[in-house]
Amino acid sequence: MATFFGEVLSVYSRAVEEDEEEVDENEEDAEILRELEEKREVHLHWSPEVSESLKSGNKLPCSDFILAVGHNAARFLSVYALTSENWDALGRASVWNERSGGVASEESTCVFYRPKDNPAVLICQVTCYLAEDQLFQWTEKVFDCLQLRQLNVTVLSESSVSEFKTADYLSSSSAPFLRSLHSAAFSGKPVCKSLEQPNIVTGLQAAVLNHCEVHRIPSIVYQCYSDVIGPDSVTMETFKPTLTKLGKSIKLDPSPSADILRKIVRTTNIQSNLYI
Amino acid sequence: MFISSENSPPCFKDFTLVMPAVAVGNVGQLSVDLILSTLNMSRVGYMHTDCLIPMTGNNPYATSNENAEELHTPAEVYTAAELKLAVLQIRAPIIQSKSKKFRQLLVSWIKSSGFSRAVVLSSSQAYQRDDQQMKGIPLRYLVTPSLLKDSEDALKELSWREMERVSAYPGLTDANTEPRLYVPGGGITKGLYTDSCAEDVPLAVLILFCSEGDNIPDAFTLVNHLNDWLHLLDDPSQKPNKWKIPTSWNLLFGSGIPPALF
Repeated sequence: MATFFGEVLSVYSRAVEEDEEEVDENEEDAEILRELEEKREVHLHWSPEVSESLKSGNKLPCSDFILAVGHNAARFLSVYALTSENWDALGRASVWNERSGGVASEESTCVFYRPKDNPAVLICQVTCYLAEDQLFQWTEKVFDCLQLRQLNVTVLSESSVSEFKTADYLSSSSAPFLRSLHSAAFSGKPVCKSLEQPNIVTGLQAAVLNHCEVHRIPSIVYQCYSDVIGPDSVTMETFKPTLTKLGKSIKLDPSPSADILRKIVRTTNIQSNLYI
Repeated sequence: MFISSENSPPCFKDFTLVMPAVAVGNVGQLSVDLILSTLNMSRVGYMHTDCLIPMTGNNPYATSNENAEELHTPAEVYTAAELKLAVLQIRAPIIQSKSKKFRQLLVSWIKSSGFSRAVVLSSSQAYQRDDQQMKGIPLRYLVTPSLLKDSEDALKELSWREMERVSAYPGLTDANTEPRLYVPGGGITKGLYTDSCAEDVPLAVLILFCSEGDNIPDAFTLVNHLNDWLHLLDDPSQKPNKWKIPTSWNLLFGSGIPPALF
């Protein structure tokens, strides 16, 4: 495309990538692509009893699956639900993609927990990055392990408020806030407003909700829109209204001590003081 | 693959399928949005596949509070039985490494469903047109051999032009470079067309030359051309055609502006 000043600029399309022409693949290319695809596979590692049970064809009995996607959602569950020693770590998912470093960092994980006294509840905290091509696979693999009869799914997720589209300008005092999206099979009452048009939800929360919609599993996503980029206690507390619903399936600590809150929410790292 | 949202699987035998290609300006998808919104079509199923980037949201064609809170997925099928019309809408980009798989999924679904014909709404980069393509209206068509006999007369009457074959290296007079089909910015359009030719699928493609930007006028152009052929709207003599813009088209270019900015 030529501009007014005579320079030539490349034109990019929002919808498609350039060069959609198929290159003739030789055997070596195909082999490399296959290996890459294998490397990008999502792997679930369960505890020995769970693995045994799954191998013998029994799925995990589950009436409530609570998934936290993102740091604030995960920390919310850590503070309000997981602080008691009442939980067993049941398994984890390992994922490799362009954003995972060489060594799995403590910050980025995907762990499954189950309360000792209620084996029908499953909590999962996902703080690692799942690439676009891994979201569907993660969802299918996890739901494949769960007994779907009478399953209810709750997803807590977060997004930047800059992604939220509204006709009236959102002043900074309105963030953080919650919005919900639920599948057709969900019959409960959401604790917040439904996500207005033209907003959409993407990422793992979307993949899970799509799966539940198509397979008629009652599920709801509570997405928190925040104006803070990193983990933040105010954002984390925005999930509090969901406690009323979650409290029906898991024992929650409605007022965690300040010590616990301090431990979970770390202050700004020294290395990111560029804009102080 | 196709999963029905109703209690019994829908019957598509002898229906016409209209679907978009995810292409430059998203024109095909916008046109399909207009069709779905205007004809008030009902969803009958989902294309549940790992080939599309996951996304979800409430009803993009909501007309009232009652139907606003209905979840929708990246690829869904709608029908209007009285028009014998089925529409597939694709709302998300195709994962690059899975585009071949997605094309195969579509072709085999079209074949197994028994559609009488499939029409793909697509677009191509306007800046890559050669001299021939810059003449006349910016619409081109492609039709597979199995659909040619049935649609030849209609296409002749509409005086549409078939998509020209262009040389791979314009300017070079090397005899080895045969003119070939080239749809830059068309996504899976070319692949879908060639696969359909190979598998004897009655498929037509409408391609609109356009550029990225505000593509709403392009969507109207494309859907009006389609209507000239398929007569989807009740009163074709009514000009301009009354297409209904869905609520999901609000704020296409961002949120409201902070008043303090000025």
